[in-house]
Amino acid sequence: MITPAAPADRKVIPMTHPAPAETVIRASHLDLTFQTGDGPVHALKDITLDIPKGAFVSFIGPSGCGKTTFLRCIAALEQPTGGSLSVNGMTPDAARRARAYGYVFQAAGLYPWRTIGRNIALPLEIMGFSKAEQQARIARVLELVELSGFEKKFPWQLSGGMQQRASIARALAFDADLLLMDEPFGALDEIVRDRLNEEVLRLWAKTDKTIAFVTHSIPEAVYLSTHIVVMSPRPGRITDIIESPLPKERPLDIRDTQDFIAIAHRVREGLRAGYEE
Amino acid sequence: MSDALDMRSRSKSGTAALRVPPVLTVVLALFALWYLAVVPMNVQETLTRAERAGVAITPDSALARRDTGNLALVVGNTHALGESWSLERPRLPAPHQVVSELYKSTWVEETTGRRGIVNSGSLSNRGLVYHAMVTLNATMVGFLIGTGLGILLAVGIVHSRVMDMSVMPWAIVSQTIPIVALAPMIIVVLYSVGVQGLLPKAVISAYLSFFPVVVGMVKGLRSPDAMQMDLMRTYYASSTEVLFKLRLPASVPYLFASLKIAIAASLVGAIVGELPVQKGGLGARMLAGSYYGQTVQIWAALFLAAALAALLVWAIGAAEKRTLRRMGMRP
Repeated sequence: MITPAAPADRKVIPMTHPAPAETVIRASHLDLTFQTGDGPVHALKDITLDIPKGAFVSFIGPSGCGKTTFLRCIAALEQPTGGSLSVNGMTPDAARRARAYGYVFQAAGLYPWRTIGRNIALPLEIMGFSKAEQQARIARVLELVELSGFEKKFPWQLSGGMQQRASIARALAFDADLLLMDEPFGALDEIVRDRLNEEVLRLWAKTDKTIAFVTHSIPEAVYLSTHIVVMSPRPGRITDIIESPLPKERPLDIRDTQDFIAIAHRVREGLRAGYEE
Repeated sequence: MSDALDMRSRSKSGTAALRVPPVLTVVLALFALWYLAVVPMNVQETLTRAERAGVAITPDSALARRDTGNLALVVGNTHALGESWSLERPRLPAPHQVVSELYKSTWVEETTGRRGIVNSGSLSNRGLVYHAMVTLNATMVGFLIGTGLGILLAVGIVHSRVMDMSVMPWAIVSQTIPIVALAPMIIVVLYSVGVQGLLPKAVISAYLSFFPVVVGMVKGLRSPDAMQMDLMRTYYASSTEVLFKLRLPASVPYLFASLKIAIAASLVGAIVGELPVQKGGLGARMLAGSYYGQTVQIWAALFLAAALAALLVWAIGAAEKRTLRRMGMRP
């Protein structure tokens, strides 16, 4: 097992663009072409983007616009075919080896044979935390997602929303500064989704993490984000980046304010423009 | 919650009660069919004995009767069929004859026989219990070897493309060779290198039982979906950790399905292995019965083998239930 690189090591990794300390993700002219049986598919084209530390960035766009692919590139689950991408000043693969991020998938993907507590322990076991440390962290993240008391339950005993919260707790357990969330609430109903959105915002404010969040939903993107990246398909590219003027403190009814409606409108315009091109 | 549980248990016992009459009907119908089939199957011998006892039979010579259809003989001699179900050496024994033989060669032999466990302190080698134990030993050893080998091969196949391409075709080919043809060769080859007794039979058992385990475990080890594998990748988990924390636990339901087939195959393997060896076991018992025309003895051994198989499969099923419950799988 390779021990996680100490933060000091970052500076010695040779970089073409020496990333400033406050930039967590830096993509420049990123390209990704899949070779499929039906010929090449241009999934990402010329993505240039800096995500500063502590930002909450949403990626929104129709299916096939490459938003999930971009997230997977950051996680080193896909290999870009052109351009450069750095995470914490490292290559994505080095960042993966350094366990620099937690990834939340669309489905909770909890192991049915492990209790909620043991599911959260899974990354901790792999990363070699001591038993006592594991217990402390499990208790802490369960409290963070308001699932204290469910540690001994099995996943099937929990509702879909609770399972997804447990999977967020699992991603938080090993204290990565970066959280990558791929449509985490896409399969949940709107009422549960509203609650979890509030909870994610609260988490973000409490933990000071950088979050990259993929979604289909305009209200979700506007409600959560400091930056909204609007993308369009064929080839997958960025059509607009909107910096949100909304305050960090956001009650649910902020969605009825003029500012909110104006941003939502701009997102919608961006999505439509991507289609008409 | 408790309401829901109550309803579930009630509906479960309800369906169990509903299931009894149809199952019973089918069993009774099978027995009725068996008793009926006994008459034409044994008609030659029955009529010969009746003739000797002075009953008029048509046609009246054994030679002529041999060329007549069995059903025609039954129809023409309905008055002389009384002994059909109680012949000493029937072609097809009646169920009660088999049951009585089973009782005699187990309980009666052990409690009252000179070599029985009561009088000699050890199981009688003329009783079925002794032979069943011989078969069971070889079955269990073969099952353990086959299962272990199957799991190891499956792990190799899943982790190595070379093994996937090279082992799987041979595993499939191995199962196309009739085991009755192969068994004597295995025994002769092992004997020539000094291995005899239990092990050659266990090897034949293992030969039959490793295959379902390989097939089931390969499927089970590959059952985690892309998302679960990606999750392990994001943790930078080694393939050993993926194997022990994800692949193996995910394969447990597949393993048990395979084990049920494997244990039944092991039993068949042990019995086939006993045929050429003739040193005890249900297989030896069956072959001896066929040498001496003891059909009742063959059927009794057959029934015991079937009961043994049912017991073994049931035991695996019970272990499966316990394990899955302990693993927290939804009941």
